[in-house]
Amino acid sequence: MTSKMPTHTLETVEAVWLNESEFCSMDELAEWSGLSQAELNDLVDMGLIQPKPAGGERVIFQQHYLVVARTARRLRDDFELDRHGLAVAVRLLQRIRELEGQLGSARAQLMRGKLSSDT
Amino acid sequence: MKYTDYYAALGVDRNATKADIKQAYRKLAHKYHPDISKDKEGESKFKEIAEAYRILKDDEKRAEYDQLGVHKAGEDFAPRGDFSQNFGDSEAAFADVDMADLMAAFAAARQGGHRAGGHAQQQRPLHGQDFEIEEPITLEQVYTGTEIDASVSLPEHDEHGLVHRVPRTFRVKIPKGAEDGQRLRLPGKGGPGLHGGKQGDLYIVMRVLPHPLYRVDGKELYMDLPLTPWEAVLGASVKIPTLGGTVEMSVPAGTVNGRQLRLAKRGLPRADGTMGNLHVVVRIEVPKEIAPQERELYQQLAAQAGFNPRGHFEKFLRGGA
Repeated sequence: MTSKMPTHTLETVEAVWLNESEFCSMDELAEWSGLSQAELNDLVDMGLIQPKPAGGERVIFQQHYLVVARTARRLRDDFELDRHGLAVAVRLLQRIRELEGQLGSARAQLMRGKLSSDT
Repeated sequence: MKYTDYYAALGVDRNATKADIKQAYRKLAHKYHPDISKDKEGESKFKEIAEAYRILKDDEKRAEYDQLGVHKAGEDFAPRGDFSQNFGDSEAAFADVDMADLMAAFAAARQGGHRAGGHAQQQRPLHGQDFEIEEPITLEQVYTGTEIDASVSLPEHDEHGLVHRVPRTFRVKIPKGAEDGQRLRLPGKGGPGLHGGKQGDLYIVMRVLPHPLYRVDGKELYMDLPLTPWEAVLGASVKIPTLGGTVEMSVPAGTVNGRQLRLAKRGLPRADGTMGNLHVVVRIEVPKEIAPQERELYQQLAAQAGFNPRGHFEKFLRGGA
């Protein structure tokens, strides 16, 4: 068997921002995150992801929730967590992220940058 | 191929029980999991231990791994026996193959009937692996929007189902106002699917580099404005460097240390086109060294000035605290 040398390619691609203005369906969120719809419904029940009505019984999600759903899937797989353990872990991680955000804001507002007289 | 010692990765003996392996994995996973750990090396360490656990917890995979023999971690070796029957016996064929990829290919071959003399079984489509990489961007790039070239080594299957890492670079447009930690999804740019399964996705996590002048709070920017004591007392007109260009700002007379002056719409752009603000925080600086003439002027000022910032101490100094 011969081994081909890998070729380095450059490809210009369209990327999707995972933000508040892009949306996806429940099926897409399940497919992209690797969670089942039942597990996604658990995250909805916990208030960790929030669906938006999209006519009839259909709901859509802001795409930034994919970050939460993927984190949940990783934790489920890597720590072999059941639904209750997963709920606690994701909620605590979310709380840590919020507190880190608040700490970052406080640092930006209160911290002193480097001044020329510091040298 | 470099040998990876999965037993050493988990810190267990080669004859460790399943329970020992599970316990060792859990202990290390709590320490290094990238969603929990603040260790900069955490992600790579976790990948190593997760891969070790994935192989060693499964009796069949563990037996296949043990078949490779005992080598030193990082030692170059070429697989023999069943491995070479399935994937060729040339050392070159394995030169750029990861241990983890070899084990995955072997498992896929076992399940899919690739194995020499085996039966072709029903092949279930497998979704390709998702990949996540971090890309640094500057605050200037956040302000204007930019294009970045993100490079990643992605797996590609050869005709034997063996995975080789291939370097790929994706040119991606970064819109104005990206935030630290924000992610871009590149659909179908991750690992290849198997048996008709979809390609995985590639995620790019933006990491905004620290700036020597500005501190970031969402779309608001903060910067220090050093002033001399006389500028603070008399007021001044100062030039402020902003991401959108230099602006002239009036500092009112009698400005105190720590006062914040706001430059509207000189912060970072939002997705809806509006702008955050730039907050300029006054820091009154004093010279570390002064010339004799300056000293004289300060002494004259001290003799004539009626300002006493410690007036409220008086009653405590008289009567004791």
